Amino acid sequence: MTTAAVPAPAVAAPAPRRTSSARGRVTVNAVMVAMILYFLMPFWWLVVAATKDNDALFSTAALWFHSPGAFFTNLQQLFTYNDGEYLRWMGNTAIYAGVSGVGATAVATFAGYAFAKYRFPGRNLLFSSLLGAIMVPATALAIPTYLLLSKVALTNTMWAVILPSLLNPFGVYLVRVYVQESLPDELLEAARVDGAGELRVLFNVALPTLKPALVTVLLFSMVGTWNNFFLPLVMLNNDKLFPLTVGLQSWYQGALIQSGANALFTLVIAGSLVAILPLIVAFLLLQRYWRGGLTVGSLK
Amino acid sequence: MSLLRQQGPAPAVTPSTVPAEGVGTPATGRGRRRTGRQSAHTRHQAMGLMLVTPFGLLFAAFLVAPLAYAFWLSLRTSTLVGGDHFSWFANYQQTFTDPHFLAGVRRVVVFGLVQVPIMLGLALLGALIIDEVSSKLAKVFRMTLFMPYAVPAVIGALMWGFLYSPTFGPVNSLSHALGTGKIDLLGHSLMLTSLGNIVTWQWTGYNMIVLYAALQGLPREVYEAAKLDGAGQIQTALRIKVPMISSAMVLTLMFTIIGTLQFFTEPRVLEPTASSVITPDYTPNLYAYNLAFQYSEFNYSAAISFSLGAVVFIGSYLFLFATRKRSGLK
Repeated sequence: MTTAAVPAPAVAAPAPRRTSSARGRVTVNAVMVAMILYFLMPFWWLVVAATKDNDALFSTAALWFHSPGAFFTNLQQLFTYNDGEYLRWMGNTAIYAGVSGVGATAVATFAGYAFAKYRFPGRNLLFSSLLGAIMVPATALAIPTYLLLSKVALTNTMWAVILPSLLNPFGVYLVRVYVQESLPDELLEAARVDGAGELRVLFNVALPTLKPALVTVLLFSMVGTWNNFFLPLVMLNNDKLFPLTVGLQSWYQGALIQSGANALFTLVIAGSLVAILPLIVAFLLLQRYWRGGLTVGSLK
Repeated sequence: MSLLRQQGPAPAVTPSTVPAEGVGTPATGRGRRRTGRQSAHTRHQAMGLMLVTPFGLLFAAFLVAPLAYAFWLSLRTSTLVGGDHFSWFANYQQTFTDPHFLAGVRRVVVFGLVQVPIMLGLALLGALIIDEVSSKLAKVFRMTLFMPYAVPAVIGALMWGFLYSPTFGPVNSLSHALGTGKIDLLGHSLMLTSLGNIVTWQWTGYNMIVLYAALQGLPREVYEAAKLDGAGQIQTALRIKVPMISSAMVLTLMFTIIGTLQFFTEPRVLEPTASSVITPDYTPNLYAYNLAFQYSEFNYSAAISFSLGAVVFIGSYLFLFATRKRSGLK
């Protein structure tokens, strides 16, 4: 703690201060432990429940293990149920997140770079409508977009999920801020004087410098698509095209309709665990990029 | 539609891209220098337009066009008897007098008034703690609170749905053991609280990291000055740190309000578990969805979607305008 580390001889009465700060430390630690327990509880439950067979799920204590061996049976069931539709949903999710993520990042990079470094007609108007677009609620757009895409017979295709996800106004904003902060005009000008064309300047000078921003935009748009529920729910009717979120929800609904002892409950649980593991791992590995992306929103 | 107009002048500009040597070679005379600068200028314009075009097209196709189309649809009415006809603002009149819609709006507002301060209060507390404490526990604390952000909202709602369940859930066995009688977390009286708990669990850590990032950006000397003036840690936190990150707090508050007004995923996931509580009009967004996909009332659904979008948009602009000094946006 900083107070303990900084020598403070000038302070008149060090002894009572230290005890109050010690009591403060206990309180702070207690608050932290309580909050950790609350935020971890659902994860703990998910891991425990994934190791139970269907009977144990209903009959044993919810927060403790009962039949750990059932974990592998559950996994095996998860991947084989209904011709392995879970695996198909996983593949779909990877396609949606991958294609939208890479596409949205490319689009946002070009636009953000253009906004930061070039003057062109309509620039100010487009940029201020972009700031407005960040505030237009995405879910309020989903139904109108569905109605529009159904006019051109694109609903119930992968494009219906991918194309709207390519629009990432916040990503554009983030790249623009990053370009302004980390890419001085002199650097670009020097490359131009050396005879590099505009495209070369972009790809050989700007992009390498922008790598952290690009990774951040990529992460946010991939996770955004991976987690999206409303858009695919609205757009897709065919369960072969579902991403994991919509698929798991449809299993859950099916389980409740059939009610009672139902194997679908264990599948929903095992499926949820398998679905969030890659996200948690990616998130732990790529922490600094999350922080970078979030900081732009708060400091600007 | 202004976007399409912007793409217009682009072809007229491109031909002058050719004399590229103007920039590189030293200027030989006044006239030459001007053409060189001009060509660089037009070339930059062309490049800028080219780079921004994909975004502009997507913006037009997936933001401007859906909004325009929804607005057009919302001005029409389609009935079996009368056919499809232009009905001006009849749908909007219906929207703002529809008890289902208004009840949903009221519910979401009440929900927000309770849930948002609790969540942002917890996020601020967490941010102040991890800004001040640098122990191992604080690191674990930071990571644990942020972890739910990596969980899709559907899965978050599914997990809590199980935890709330009278047949699976630990809450029920706990209340059984304590002899407090049955607590129905999915019943009428507690549903909003239960939903609020899910949202709080999911988003506290995210907001905490945003506020923490803002705290990290503050100049450290201010704390030293405060300490010399005799301020304790709590005083420093409340009187110096919190006011200095008010812009970040305004932004988190705004994004939270936008999210709350669109409330959909959690009630939708819990709907089959508690169908008598979560009615089709439970939140405005759920109502718009059900009108379109259960009752095929596309015109009316479009009016509700558009109203909701407009309210959120205008609301957040007004909010930013009212707090522009604090938010630091111009």
